[in-house]
Amino acid sequence: MAEEVIQRKTDIGPPHFSKFLPPIIKENYGKWKYHEIPRPGVLVHVADNGAKLYSVRAGSPRLLSTNKIRKFADLAEKYSDGYLRFTSRHNVEFLVTKEQNIEPLIAELNALGHPVGGTGNSITSIVHTQGWIHCHSAATDASGIVKAVMDECIGHFTSMELPGKLRIALACCLNMCGAVHCSDIAILGIHRRPPKIDKENLPKMCEVPNVVASCPTAAIRPVVYDGKQGVEILEDKCMFCANCFTVCPALPIANPLNDGISIWIGGKVSNARHEPMFSKLAISFIPNNPPRWPEVTDAINNLVELWAKNAHKHERMGEWIERIGWPKFFRMSGLEFRKEHIDDFKHAGLTFKRSAHLTY
Amino acid sequence: MAVDKKYETPLLDELEKGGWPSFVREIKSAAETNPMANDLLGLLEQSYTEKKGHWKHGGIVGVMGYGGGVIGRYTDLSEKFPNISHFHTMRVNQPSGWFYTSEALRTLCDIWDAHGSGLTNMHGSTGDIVFLGTRTEELEPVFKKLTDAGFDLGGSGSDVRTPSCCCGKARCEWACYDTMGLTHFITNKFQDELHRPAFPYKMKFKMAGCPNDCVASVARADISIIGTWRDEIQVDMQKVREYAKNGTDILKEIVMMCPGKCMDWDGKDLKIDNSSCRHCMHCINVMPKALAPGKDRGAVVLVGSKAPIVEGALLSSVLVPFIKLDEPFDESELWELIENMWDLWCEEGKNRERIGEFIQRVGMGNFLEAVGLEPQPDMVSHPRENPYIFYEEYFEEGE
Repeated sequence: MAEEVIQRKTDIGPPHFSKFLPPIIKENYGKWKYHEIPRPGVLVHVADNGAKLYSVRAGSPRLLSTNKIRKFADLAEKYSDGYLRFTSRHNVEFLVTKEQNIEPLIAELNALGHPVGGTGNSITSIVHTQGWIHCHSAATDASGIVKAVMDECIGHFTSMELPGKLRIALACCLNMCGAVHCSDIAILGIHRRPPKIDKENLPKMCEVPNVVASCPTAAIRPVVYDGKQGVEILEDKCMFCANCFTVCPALPIANPLNDGISIWIGGKVSNARHEPMFSKLAISFIPNNPPRWPEVTDAINNLVELWAKNAHKHERMGEWIERIGWPKFFRMSGLEFRKEHIDDFKHAGLTFKRSAHLTY
Repeated sequence: MAVDKKYETPLLDELEKGGWPSFVREIKSAAETNPMANDLLGLLEQSYTEKKGHWKHGGIVGVMGYGGGVIGRYTDLSEKFPNISHFHTMRVNQPSGWFYTSEALRTLCDIWDAHGSGLTNMHGSTGDIVFLGTRTEELEPVFKKLTDAGFDLGGSGSDVRTPSCCCGKARCEWACYDTMGLTHFITNKFQDELHRPAFPYKMKFKMAGCPNDCVASVARADISIIGTWRDEIQVDMQKVREYAKNGTDILKEIVMMCPGKCMDWDGKDLKIDNSSCRHCMHCINVMPKALAPGKDRGAVVLVGSKAPIVEGALLSSVLVPFIKLDEPFDESELWELIENMWDLWCEEGKNRERIGEFIQRVGMGNFLEAVGLEPQPDMVSHPRENPYIFYEEYFEEGE
């Protein structure tokens, strides 16, 4: 054991990326001139010296077995000299220098069940969280909804006929490990019932001052029951953020009867044209309906098709809605506008309509 | 490893149908030989039946000397699914830009097959290679093999989270600085802060090479470094005319969509008033063969974005409107600024208060003063509208 401790290496950081770059990238690092998208899922980057690098992009469920990763490694060795990368949206990209390898690589990826696409004006893979596979605070599953939605949207992954890019993200609770709050369409798991207090375990598991301080609306107050430290929750002040549960396991909030999905739309992170924007509430609640969440996939399908039919070329979802106005969007979409759509947290007044600029 | 029990999974089986690659197939593939993956399948089917997760709150587990990099996880159904009674996640720091050789991937797979569930995320939301599910006693052996192979763990908890970036100069003509080089530099410069949580809360860095922001840094990073330029857009007028000839409606698609309204097109020449250019990238995105970012390239540094917990979601806002970011990176004035920000936030920040929330609480003006930056109009979308100003100096009669 002592010997092992001595041999332990720490704080070495990740391997330097240069170990993994194909020669064409090393030679042309910082010397790319332009790129084109000759077909959906294939990018060609052309360097100052005329060198061409083809990136073949395939969709992925993000959750990959080592068996699949080894298959990707096989394909990379066969078609891209062993070089591949992953994108910020979980796609896998093979870095091909021989143009004749593109067709057979795409055929093998398709045979392996991984469609090629996700470039240009498309819907690319959904950024998402862990859900019931690994998370203690999930209000819904993540991978299952993502799979069901992408099964519906796959035609927009493998083509580039949308007005602009459409980015979907999913977070299975408000912690938003997937930071979905600036997506064209955000699928967000929500709780709707205040935490149930486990009076027996709370004094053993949690520090009451921390629990009280964790609540952003001051809905939690310290109390003493039977001589034991505890808390009470003012239910009408709870907005179901679950921050108290994060600091105190004795305040479980997940509940199958009340947990579900909300849909938010019109956000973006790119600076192109319009500045980055948050997504806004479109649908305040859809019950969890596993395994395929048909109400969620229908809602998303309708939103995508409405935008695709009405937006100008290059307009993202949020830019289109900003042009036509939210009232018109609600009329066109047929979505119900409810009390929940009106903000009542900090600076809510800034979101009220403060003019007579209305459409009828 | 042998798998002796097979679970019926009628609900999950529905998620093997359809054209998109199926995560259920991935779990089943691992479950053929891996008992942890097999029990995960059984547990997940139960979650699908009950519409409820079955994971307990974390618990502090990790490798010796590190406070981050491992997410402790235990199921609340450990009697029924004993192979996932522990199911800890290990975050492995990805190489910048997520580039790999097949050999490196096989090495990672070998390590994980020997010690874990055989399941991964490529990659987690923050950017790490995620090894999904192992037992406490396997953590040190995995760590040993990882470091022998040249890999290290990433961040978790209240530490510097694993920095990530777009592919930058490796494969993009728009990269205004070397995102991958800078990310590697930052990751190594802050190894101690990354492995040993000592902040009020998490601290994320994301490096984007241009304002298209392919890593969502403006929404997802406490410190967002977005490449930009401050001279003129490079124009190849002949190529602009070719785009027009090939069907791009330059007036409608470019000029009218320009947020700075700084362009004009007379059918022959594209005129740009660069002093009004907002550096949004739209015209360059639409005509990549004709237009390019200028030559005087650097970055804008923004601070404070986060998801809603606790005080509401924030986008990052401008801290340094323009900074040159060339090698050698260690000579950049950025590090002093970051250390100043961290000193202040560590001293004054509340538990679980992100730096963006901290700035909202103390005021951006006060924050700038404390970290040694001058206020600039670039930092706000407009000056204040409310007249309740905290004037800090006044005169007394007779002074």
